[in-house]
Order: sequence, then C-alpha cells, then structure tokens
Amino acid sequence: MTTPEAGPPAAEPASSPPAGTGPEGGARPPHPFGRILRESFLEGNTFTVTVLALLTAAVLGGLLCAFTNASVLHAPDAGSMIARAWDTASGTYVALFEGSIFNPHTVAALFQQSSLPTAVHDGYLSAVFGPLSETAVQATPLILTGLAVALPYQAGLFNIGGQGQFIGGAIMAAWLGYDVRLPFFAHVAVCVLGGFAGGAAIGWLTGEIKARTGAHEVIVTIMLNYVMLYFLAYLLSSQSLLQAPGSANPITPPLTSNAHLPLLAGTNLRINAGFLIALACALAVWWLLNRTTTGFEFRSVGANSAASRVAGMNVERSWVLALLIAGGLAGLAGSAVIQGTDFTLNPNSYGTYGIDAITVALLGQGRPGGVVWAGLLFGALHAGSPGMQTATSTPAEIVSVLQALIVLFVAAPPLIRAIFRLRAARAGGVGAAMSKGWNA
Amino acid sequence: MELELRGITKRFGPLVANDGISLSVAPGQVHALLGENGAGKTTLMNVLYGLMQPDEGEIRVDGAPVSFHSQKDAIAAGIGMVHQHFMLVPVFTVAENVTLGIEQAGPAGLLDKRRTRREVAELSHRYGLDVDPDALVEDLPVGLQQRVEIVKALVRQANVLILDEPTAVLTPAETQELFRIIRQLTGGGTSVIFISHKLREVQAIADTITVLRRGAVVGERAPTATADDLAALMVGRDVQLRVTKSPARPGAPVLRVTDLTVRGDDGRAWVDGLSFEVRAGEILGIAGVQGNGQTELCEALMGLRPAAGGAVTLNDDDLTRATPRARLRAGIAYVPEDRTEDGLVGSFSVAENLVLDMYDRRPFAAGVNLNLPEISQNAAARIEEFDVRTGSAATPAGTLSGGNQQKIILARELGREHKVLIASQPTRGLDVGSIEFVHRRIVERRDDGVAVLIVSSELDEIYALADRIAVMYEGKITGFRDPDVPAAELGRLMAGGADVAPAEPPPAGPPPAGSHQDPESQQPPEPREEG
Repeated sequence: MTTPEAGPPAAEPASSPPAGTGPEGGARPPHPFGRILRESFLEGNTFTVTVLALLTAAVLGGLLCAFTNASVLHAPDAGSMIARAWDTASGTYVALFEGSIFNPHTVAALFQQSSLPTAVHDGYLSAVFGPLSETAVQATPLILTGLAVALPYQAGLFNIGGQGQFIGGAIMAAWLGYDVRLPFFAHVAVCVLGGFAGGAAIGWLTGEIKARTGAHEVIVTIMLNYVMLYFLAYLLSSQSLLQAPGSANPITPPLTSNAHLPLLAGTNLRINAGFLIALACALAVWWLLNRTTTGFEFRSVGANSAASRVAGMNVERSWVLALLIAGGLAGLAGSAVIQGTDFTLNPNSYGTYGIDAITVALLGQGRPGGVVWAGLLFGALHAGSPGMQTATSTPAEIVSVLQALIVLFVAAPPLIRAIFRLRAARAGGVGAAMSKGWNA
Repeated sequence: MELELRGITKRFGPLVANDGISLSVAPGQVHALLGENGAGKTTLMNVLYGLMQPDEGEIRVDGAPVSFHSQKDAIAAGIGMVHQHFMLVPVFTVAENVTLGIEQAGPAGLLDKRRTRREVAELSHRYGLDVDPDALVEDLPVGLQQRVEIVKALVRQANVLILDEPTAVLTPAETQELFRIIRQLTGGGTSVIFISHKLREVQAIADTITVLRRGAVVGERAPTATADDLAALMVGRDVQLRVTKSPARPGAPVLRVTDLTVRGDDGRAWVDGLSFEVRAGEILGIAGVQGNGQTELCEALMGLRPAAGGAVTLNDDDLTRATPRARLRAGIAYVPEDRTEDGLVGSFSVAENLVLDMYDRRPFAAGVNLNLPEISQNAAARIEEFDVRTGSAATPAGTLSGGNQQKIILARELGREHKVLIASQPTRGLDVGSIEFVHRRIVERRDDGVAVLIVSSELDEIYALADRIAVMYEGKITGFRDPDVPAAELGRLMAGGADVAPAEPPPAGPPPAGSHQDPESQQPPEPREEG
C-alpha cells in the first residue's frame, strides 16, 4: 500500500532537531540511534502520543463495553464480575478484529471444502478477505474527506464543509450516473470527474467568499453545509429534478451499471476502484504539498500569511485554490460512495463523513500519509462494529465513543503526557495546534 | 537587601548554560548583565527567580544561603521579575492584574478591590509610574504595560527587581521614562538587575556591569568603561561599532517617491504627501521616532498597502499600483521591520526560507515541481556566505537567534538581483556582532551601486549608515540633513520641530566619528506614545 508518510526533510519542521538551543546554536554531536529513540519516546513526540492515545482509548473503551453490559452488571460476586467483564471486553475487541481484518473461522471453512476451485466458486475464498474489503470500503470516503480537511489545514484553513462538498459531488455523480448514457469506462470517468467538480464548486465558493469579504471559512463552510443539505432534500423531493420517477421516497433513480466503479476482487467483495482513487489522491496531495511550488505556497501561507504576502505570494489565491481542491476531494468521496457502494443518492448517503473527516485529519496529524492510516483505522472500526454487536451485544454506538475517545486523547497531548508522565515535546504537535486552530 | 550568587552552574545535557557564575548585587544599585543572545543571561535569571534549579552553586540573601524551588520562594525572598514578554491578562484592569495570584478577600469572601487599587495608586505616585489602576491593560501602550509589571513586583514587596531585556519593546522616549523610574526605585533602596545586550543603555543606567559570554563571567566593569571595551568583552574579539565606509559616490536617482500618501487601517493619513529620492550608490536614512508612519511607508513601497495618492517609480517604471511580487521582480530587495512576522516563516526550514520569494522561479522550480536539490544547494551556499549559525539547512528558521534570522533574510534578499535595498529597523534586537555584520553588508551593497533606503529609529544606526538623513514626523519629512548633523538637531526634527535652514549655526558640534552619543541628547525631547 502506498504510504506517503514522510515528506522531504525540509518539509518536516516538527521532527527536525531543534537547533539554536546551544549558546552558539552550532553543530551538536550526533546522537546514537538508540538514544534518539529513547528521547523521542520520553519526550512524547506526536507519534508516541498518537499510539498511546489509541491504547488509552482502547482500554477505556473496553471498560465501557464491559461495565455497560447487563450480564456484567448482574454478576453474583466480584470475582465473576471481573471474569465476565474481561470476557465481554475481549469478546468485543475480538469481534471487532474479526469483522474488520481477519476471521480465522473463514479460513477453517475454506479448508473444509472438497476442492479449491469449488471453494473459490462458492465464495469461501472471498469470505477470508471479506473483512479487509469492508475496511477498505468504509475507509475510502473517510480518507478522501480527511484529505479535504488536511490539505486546507496546511494552508491555514479549517474546512468544516466536508459534508456540503460531499453532497455537491454526490449530486453530480448520481445525476451523471443515471441520466447519461455512455460506454462503461467513459461513464465511470465522467461521473468521477463530475463528482470532483461538484465538490470543487462548493469549495471554490467558500474560498471566494473568504478571499473577497474576509468571512471566516469555518462559518461559511458550516452554513454551506446547511444550504447543501436542504438543497439536496429539495432536489430529492421534486419529480422533475432528481427524485426517482413514481417514487414516494426521497431517492434518485439507480445508476446505470456502466457508471459503477469497477470491483477489484470479484463480485463477492465490495472493494472497488474508489479505494484506489482515495490512495492515489493521498499520494497526489502529498506530492502537491511537498514537491510543487503551489504546495510551497499553501504551506507558507498556512504557516505565516504575512510573511508570504511580503514574499510576493498571492495569499487569497492560495486560499481559493486550496479550498477548491479540498472541495473536489470531498466531492470524490461522494462519487466513491454513490458509484462504489450505494448506486443511488438518498439523504442517508452523506452519513457523518463531514464530521468524521475532521477527526480523521486530526488523528492523521494533518498529513496525507497520516490521513490514510487514520482513515483505515476508522474504516476498520466501522467495518467491525456490526459483528461486535452480534457477538457481545455491545451497541454499535460504542464505536463512535471509541472514535471520540481516540480523538480526545490525540487532541489533548498534555493529557496523554500527564497519564504516561512524558516530558513535553519541544515542538507542539500538529494535533494540538489543530485542536485549537479556530482563531486562524 | 544584599543578594549574592556564588558559583552558579546550570547544565542542559552536554551544554553548560551557566558556568560557575558569581556576582553580588548591593542595595540600591543597578547591576547590569551584559551579554549577547545565548550568553546565559536569561538562564541565570531563571535560576535566581526559582524557575530552574542550579546544578551547582548557591544563592545568598543578606549572607544566608537560600534555595528557591519555585518562583513563589523567590518572590517571598523579595525578588521580582519583569519578563521580556509580559505576563498580563489583556482584558483585566491594571489593579486586577496586579492582584492576580495574591487576591485579598474581604469579610464575605469577596475580592477587596479597593485595597489593591489604593496600593497601585500609592506605588504609582511614589515612583512616578503614572499608572491608572482602572485602565484595561489591552488599552495601554507597551511602555505602560511594562510599568504594570513593575507595580506587580513592587506590590509583592520586591527588593530586587530583575528586568529582562526591558528596552527591547520600547521606543527611545519610553526607554528614557523607564530609566527615570529605575533611578527612582534605586533611590528608594530597591536593587535592579538590568539584563541587556545594548551597550549604550547599560552604560547609561548601570552602577556595575557584569559581562557574560558563553555562560561564564568574562569581566566586571564600571559604567565608565568604553563601548569598544565592553563590546570586545561581550563578543570575545574586537568589534567595529561603526563600520568604516568611504564617502558615497551617488549616481542617478533610482527610487523616486512623489507626494506619496498612505492611509492606515484607521483611515488616517500615516504617510502624508511624502517625497524623496534615493540615488544609486547612496544610503538614505529615514530617522524618526517609531509610529510616525515609517511602517506604513515601507508597506506602501512594497505594495502591501495601497497608496492613497502620489507615485513610486523605480528607474522611471511606475510601480505605484504594482503587486508585491512585481516590485520584488522589478529589483527591490526588502528587509522588513518585523522579521518574525513579515520576514520569515518560522516553521519553515532555513532552506525554504532562503527561497521564500524565489521558489517559483528557475532554478528553484522546474515546471510545477520544486527543484529540491537546487534549493538545498542554494541553502548550503548562502549559509556559508552569510555565516548563518544553524544546525542544518533543515532546521526551522524560527528556532534560530534573531541575528541568524536576520542573516537568512539578508541572504535571501541580497541573493536576488536588485537595484534598490529597503531595510526597516535592520538591526533591531540584534547583538553587537550581528549588527556589525548587517551594517557591513548594507554598506557593501551601496558600494556596488545599489540605492539603499534605511528606516531606523536608532540614531546610532542612522549615523553609522546614512549618507543623507531624512527625518520623519507624523507622516511628513521634517527635514533632510547631512550625516554630520548634531544629534540634538535630529532630535528636534524628530519631535516635529520646524525645519530651520541648515545654514544657521548648529547648536552643538558634529559628533566625533566612531564614538557614541550621549544617550540623553539623542532622544527627542518630547515623549510620545506609539500611535
């Protein structure tokens, strides 16, 4: 898998060794690797903090599962209570794992078949990869909308408008998907590009309003979310517009099969080309930010807009462009959901991606590689939650709580440092900066 | 109170920030700690104020050893500190800020505001601080905020007051006011530890001067010591306080400003019908107390603020409406006044900052891509050429010292082809060694035929660099003078005095070359608050 994690050395201010701490700011003796590792752990840099935040959230989540469970609460004595609590918590996480990554029972079932060809034909092989496929499917829109938050963040902008931009893209993808007749590949491409354009239009509008009037993008994006929400409701309630003919429900006609994103691993698995698009976008955003002059401008404007202006950059143009691209990315998420899994647009299509995107970007430290990992993690949580519910009757909402706990701990590095008695890192983490970046 | 430090040593890993420092402060004395940035002054004071524990050595108060585990202990022992960055709550009143942390509760558990207000008013009166207990801190100019910090320390019964780089944020007039207050305080028996790297100020206010270099005491001097002596001690080598320069050989006018009017955010005309020209191979120095429109003038020259009237031309090209980028490309090199805010992107690496205005041009860009090898090669060359002291080219520029940050800006701006150099407050906050370096580079550019415009509120700097001096007051130029004009005359123009014909006999002789002015005479007679 593509993991464009580390940028060029020049682009990683947080991880570079701070100089100028010596009286002369001169060269310091190089440290052995082991010592650097130990120091980086003790100082609680952002990576350590993120890992510890995940662990802490998992432990707390486990306790929460255990002690909201009826059988645990009605245990006859303390000993069996602890035993049942352990069973519930571990059962929950095992189910989560089996639902999102790998279920040993599927392998057993595969080898119980008489011959491999029939096993493959009956879908037993697919079943082995089912959890991973689901994780990828769930992660796709999270990665794309996460990028839509991370990219403007690098340009100093807080994009809360993932939802509106997602809807913009979904409208375009759905409309082009059922109303246009084109050959297979061309139709997919047209719908995907349409999705990008639909989201980009909303992003561009946000940027243009900010650049021209100085209105804060947080307010503008939140308000545009409402506009798009009700615009979609309007479209879906008018027979002459997007509503499926003869339907009483707010739903579009189904997309023609030519517009479906191609499946990647056979008809039994839902994993589709949308996942590849998401990964390609992560790579493209990384390249844009770290390797191009435009990305240099974005990062410079984001880090210090005054100095960027003095250096001759067009700050307003950067804002507009960053939000336009971000809107396009969120629009692609809409296209991936409509063309990849739902094949129709209805008011459930946009889910909570707009808000989840912020948590994904936050967990991913605002960097493309981090967003991919965070998107996969949250995708796995989503993919595993139904199994969890059936196995230990843990409510699916516990996954939302788990997500919230992770983000809470990531967003509050001092909390994690206090729990694990880490020294403060010398450079403040992106997470911390992002969680308090509202007064941009 | 007699305060004594004995053999204070403080290490950070392999780095010795304070190396066996001993000094004693007598009651009613101003003891100056002089040293370059990074010499260990602030570390020493953090040890004294209980913010850090020394690895070795002891602190004695009136002969008895004490140990401070936190600043509370230090305050209880009668030590007060005014940090370089003030620790005030902007939306609170002066009295509320002063009482913060030592709130006095009345009978019903309510805050006894009246008592604090009375205390503040009393202290303010006794030391001539002129602080209104009911004013909101955010409404006060920087100089007054500093006095609030002083009142805070005095209310807590400080006998020794530590002032960390107190003049860094002050205008010359405010500095004079501060000195007056310091004298009042010492007159009342309070001792003051005055931390600075500015020779002139230390000479003017100190009773004893201790010079630190690389964490160790390198000498103690009386305030009568010469500036050259002090500078050599501080830097560790002989320093030229005033760069030698040959007489200017000015050529044709390059930068021409005609009737320029610039309005501030408040709509006021901060630059009011200003006209001047800068010729190739000369340095025009714009002197003036800060806040008289110099900032707006520079912003307008760079296209960062629109001109409300008038014209700016460069070699007959009209730049009045040009974008900042167009002006940079037309050949203006610009060193902004506020280097951390306008000059550098602090979180960017040194290498990235060195191409901040050239990143999209060949050879640093190849199509839409950045040419990273070229950018790092450029960084290596510039770091070498301008002697930027940095761990590596990948170090974030914001972590470097002010002097090194300024070198990065100079390296970037002078590395581009340019016909004009505009530098605003080019050495503000820099140590002696860096000032020498920056001044030498600027004079070099002049000698290469560049038209140089220097805007500075430091008269020393104007005298050191300018071939012609223009004095700015309330958005207008009150007069042009030759560099041999006496400081008193400049001070008069800086305070808005009428432009008397230069033919009139000057009130004092020209300043002796290479020596420093008496600080008193260099200040404009009228204290003004920054607008």
